[in-house]
Amino acid sequence: MIAPPKPDLVTVNIDGREIAVPKGTNVIEAARLVNVDVPHYCYHPKLTIVGNCRMCLIEMGMPAVDPATKAPIMDPATGKQKINWIPRPQIGCGTNVSPGLHVKTTSPMVKDAREGVMEFLLINHPLDCPICDQAGECKLQEQSTGYGRGYSRFVEQKNVKPKRTQLGPRVTLDDERCILCSRCIRFSKEIAKDDVLGFIDRGSYSTLTCFPGKQLTNNYSLNTVDICPVGALTSTDFRFKMRVWFLKQTNSLDTESSVGANTVVWSREGQIYRITPRRNDEVNDTWMADSGRELFKTLRAADRLTAVKVNGADSGLDLAANAAADLFKAYAGAIAVVGSARSTVEEQFLTKKLAVALNAPTQLVSRVGPGDTLLISADRNPNVRGALVTGLIAALPAQTLPALAASVDAGKTRVIVSVGEDLAAAGLTAAQLAKVAVVYLGTHANATSAVAKVVLPTLAVFEKNGTLVNQQFRLQKFAKAVPAPAGATDDLIVLAKLAAAAGASVPSDLGSLWKLLAAEVPGLGPITYANLPETGLLLDATPFAALPFVEGETLHYKPVAPAVAVATA
Amino acid sequence: MNLKPTTLTQIDEVITHYPTKRSATLPLLHLIQEDVGYIPEGAIEWIATKLELEPINVYEVVTFYPMFRQKPIGRRHIKVCRTLSCALLGGYKTCEQFEKEFNTHRGEVSPDGEVTVDFVECLASCGTAPVVLIDDDLHEKVDCAKAKQLSAQIKAEAKKR
Amino acid sequence: MAAPTQRRIIFQHIDEPGYSNDLACYVRHGGYDVLKKAVTRPPAELIDEVKKSGLRGRGGAGFPCGVKWGLVDRKSGKPIYLIVNADESEPGTFKDRYIMHQDPHQLIEGTMISCFANNVKQAYIYIRGEMPHGARILEKAIAEARAAGFVGKNILGTTYSCDIFVHRGAGAYICGEETGLIESLEGKRANPRIKPPYFPAVLGLYQCPTIVNNVETLCHVKHIVEFGGDAFTKIGTPNNTGTRIFCVSGHVQRPGYYEFEAGKITMGQLLHEVCGGPLPGRTFKAVIPGGSSAKILRFGERFKGKRKVGAEMVDYDWGVEDVPMDFDSLGMIGTMGGSGGVIVMDDTVNMVEALANINAFYSHESCGQCTPCREGSLWMKKITTRMVHGQARSEDAALLKSVADQIPGRTICAFGEACSWPTQSFIAKFGDEFKHYPETKKTAKPAGAPELV
Repeated sequence: MIAPPKPDLVTVNIDGREIAVPKGTNVIEAARLVNVDVPHYCYHPKLTIVGNCRMCLIEMGMPAVDPATKAPIMDPATGKQKINWIPRPQIGCGTNVSPGLHVKTTSPMVKDAREGVMEFLLINHPLDCPICDQAGECKLQEQSTGYGRGYSRFVEQKNVKPKRTQLGPRVTLDDERCILCSRCIRFSKEIAKDDVLGFIDRGSYSTLTCFPGKQLTNNYSLNTVDICPVGALTSTDFRFKMRVWFLKQTNSLDTESSVGANTVVWSREGQIYRITPRRNDEVNDTWMADSGRELFKTLRAADRLTAVKVNGADSGLDLAANAAADLFKAYAGAIAVVGSARSTVEEQFLTKKLAVALNAPTQLVSRVGPGDTLLISADRNPNVRGALVTGLIAALPAQTLPALAASVDAGKTRVIVSVGEDLAAAGLTAAQLAKVAVVYLGTHANATSAVAKVVLPTLAVFEKNGTLVNQQFRLQKFAKAVPAPAGATDDLIVLAKLAAAAGASVPSDLGSLWKLLAAEVPGLGPITYANLPETGLLLDATPFAALPFVEGETLHYKPVAPAVAVATA
Repeated sequence: MNLKPTTLTQIDEVITHYPTKRSATLPLLHLIQEDVGYIPEGAIEWIATKLELEPINVYEVVTFYPMFRQKPIGRRHIKVCRTLSCALLGGYKTCEQFEKEFNTHRGEVSPDGEVTVDFVECLASCGTAPVVLIDDDLHEKVDCAKAKQLSAQIKAEAKKR
Repeated sequence: MAAPTQRRIIFQHIDEPGYSNDLACYVRHGGYDVLKKAVTRPPAELIDEVKKSGLRGRGGAGFPCGVKWGLVDRKSGKPIYLIVNADESEPGTFKDRYIMHQDPHQLIEGTMISCFANNVKQAYIYIRGEMPHGARILEKAIAEARAAGFVGKNILGTTYSCDIFVHRGAGAYICGEETGLIESLEGKRANPRIKPPYFPAVLGLYQCPTIVNNVETLCHVKHIVEFGGDAFTKIGTPNNTGTRIFCVSGHVQRPGYYEFEAGKITMGQLLHEVCGGPLPGRTFKAVIPGGSSAKILRFGERFKGKRKVGAEMVDYDWGVEDVPMDFDSLGMIGTMGGSGGVIVMDDTVNMVEALANINAFYSHESCGQCTPCREGSLWMKKITTRMVHGQARSEDAALLKSVADQIPGRTICAFGEACSWPTQSFIAKFGDEFKHYPETKKTAKPAGAPELV
């Protein structure tokens, strides 16, 4: 990985502490670097600055210089250069650092300003925290506790505004809770490029709305819920389901495309309630697609595979492995492996071990769709690059498997091990499937599992640990959020058992696997699952530079070579 | 929305006054309101298309500026100034007088459809308070007697029609 | 001391019998002669004249016009815009109305001189929506001037071209704030912009350098270029050069507009002699000297301190009547000259009710961006309206002051000050009236007391 150029540093003084920060940093971010909280609502690091909430007011000063000679003016009391403090507070979000800038965030002026803004924000706010979904992660609550006065002087009638507007299929709006920070409007316009939200009317009666007849339908609408600092925008799906403080947070990844947006999975007692984006400035900033938040909903679906089957009858893992071993022996030399670009790096590595042990040709199935230029790429497999890095494949996969079909027709392939791929969807006919014995590993039933000789239920991404390599060749990890349903087994264990059935001995735990990966796979060097940073690591992509990857431009990705035409079946 | 040909010509002309089409939002709203009497349904989308904007961009503007109305008003629009200088010299009485004359309430169309009486903020003619803007014409020193007289005029004109 | 006589420069022809607002009449009176001479001079020289003149903006803030022009980014390579701020909307102010209605060519001439001086590519006159006739008069006048070669392509045969278009507002006070005006002219809600970075002189209209000047200010430019900057400083008083137009409204015998040399007339002379004093049987109680956002003065209070006269510091001890009507003197006594709108209240006025009227205005006009102004202005309105129409509490005075104190200096634009200064000053000057209002309410109102809210 090439180190980014060192930014120009500027030394500033925040609450008496000197710190060097990159030029162009604003006071909120500079203060963050010295662990000083500058409370704010409208400011968002990934959106334009409007400076309207006035919560981030700070006291600011510059070193005094003689206007004529530009010589520093010293303060005889301290022996240091005098600071000219500006008599009125300034917004931290709109103030960029400059050399010698002095900032006070705890002075009486700042305290008074914050108390004033907090009071103003609450006078027309319904204070319905007991029934508000935002409770527990509400900036209004937090900053009221931290910076408010703690009592109310407001005896007038509060403004009345619409309470339950369906802004779109996934977002519900309570206008009375809205503090008019305009984050959602800016997000829609600047990031989602879907300018549908706006304020109507004026002053304190300003009201957030969509144009009548229009809706907030874009696939990024739920980001407005994430960035709403109060309970005005709520997820219609998550609304009233669970208090956030009961939920466990697990770092995960959005597996719907090769972008690999970083996410957090929120669960309680084995049940997932929601998925939200996790900030990664190199991948997804603070955003994710709505569609990626739905992925957990298939975990408990009726078609989930939960029973090991051999010849259609319930069986056990070891019995099934034995049955596979029998097949491997009986048809040695006539076995093919269909691996998966949805498998983790570790699973792909074991898939390769299995294929090598079986001396089986290996193919993957490609999935493509239109990229949205933001956080869903044309490659709908999350880990094609993992398969390249581990050497499972050397060329990019196709959407169908004609060579395998021909081989089946010719009777040269008699057994297919499929890692989660529906061979029917990949172009094999029912007649072709009838001619082979399939060993199927997967999470959900499909045409292939229905005819497979051996069915081995495995885990969904939320139920296991692993790593994926995204379109940037960034190795990223995710962690197990919830336990798997009874009857399903970790893919690594299943693959290790199959490898054993093929005569190879491989580990199935991440610790041992990563030692092996580091030793055998070029470029993975000192990486382990445990020490991989939460925001991932860029791998060397140069060995694969010539491959015609399908992705077009997305948020933090520019294709190296012009992307080939994307088939949109 | 059916605009007069002259309005359409004016609309096309006024857009050329600005380097960006969006700037013509207020002029277009004025022209449409002058033609139709208010900003009718469909006008916002029409303007948005014309100026290559999203409808919400225009809707935000329509609701920000009090002069634009999205509902029809009476045949004549009586705007009485409410602000301090006029109030000091009886602006509230003047407004009440108009309301009484036309048996209506501020912000509403009178039962006969003749007028809408609005109580508006400063009309920038404080030296001749209280002032009243009837359609485009400013009337100065409108005390109750003059309000009665202006009302009578409006009623007489209505009868003639 | 007798009041000085009016010195009508800007209002020279206002209300003059036989003077019409067409080009022919203007030209007959020497119109556009100054522009004709100006276009033969180097533009920088014209800017210098304005700098030398010491002209301070007449829109309200009194910012030196020459300094404003000096801030314009002339190196960006982007076109420079000039906007005439004709959104006259500060309550109590009604001077620009008469210039535009009766003498529009004076404004056009001043505008074109300013455009030429600043190499402006395009000018807009942003006129408030409530002046439909004014807009039409200006459009007609511009068309006449364009046909005569004073506006448009190759002005007066030179290589310089610049057009003027009229742009109508639609009832938003905040469009008087220059960055709110710019947003409005760009077709948006008139939310003022944060400064930095959006200083109009650098990133104004269409993110280009932009000059925003008040109508009266631009008219002054014409006369400055005519007289010369140095000669202009002889009018008025040092640092308060030129004339000021006072718009007097409220409880005086002769309300109206009066043009005097700045600083040469006192409040007392203006109200008693020029405007004829209070209405029969009444006495002056309070006056707001510079538009309704300016801090109120109470008749009977005294202002003491030291001030600069020439090179010397001299003591002053003024009653309201003694205060010279200029930016600096009014600033010294804690209020401002602002836009020149003088609103007079006599002893029939209850100050709680007057403040309720003002608060209703400002809460209606807050754009709603900044929390303190948006919420504070409406809260103050709700308190004062409740005091008048509902239950008044003696503690409301302290509450009002505390709410008002939480607004100024904490907002994007000066509306924060505009909406809070009335409350702050009313409570400071008439605190007792607010404290006693619960009892006052129960007693009969003085005869002739106006209904204010």
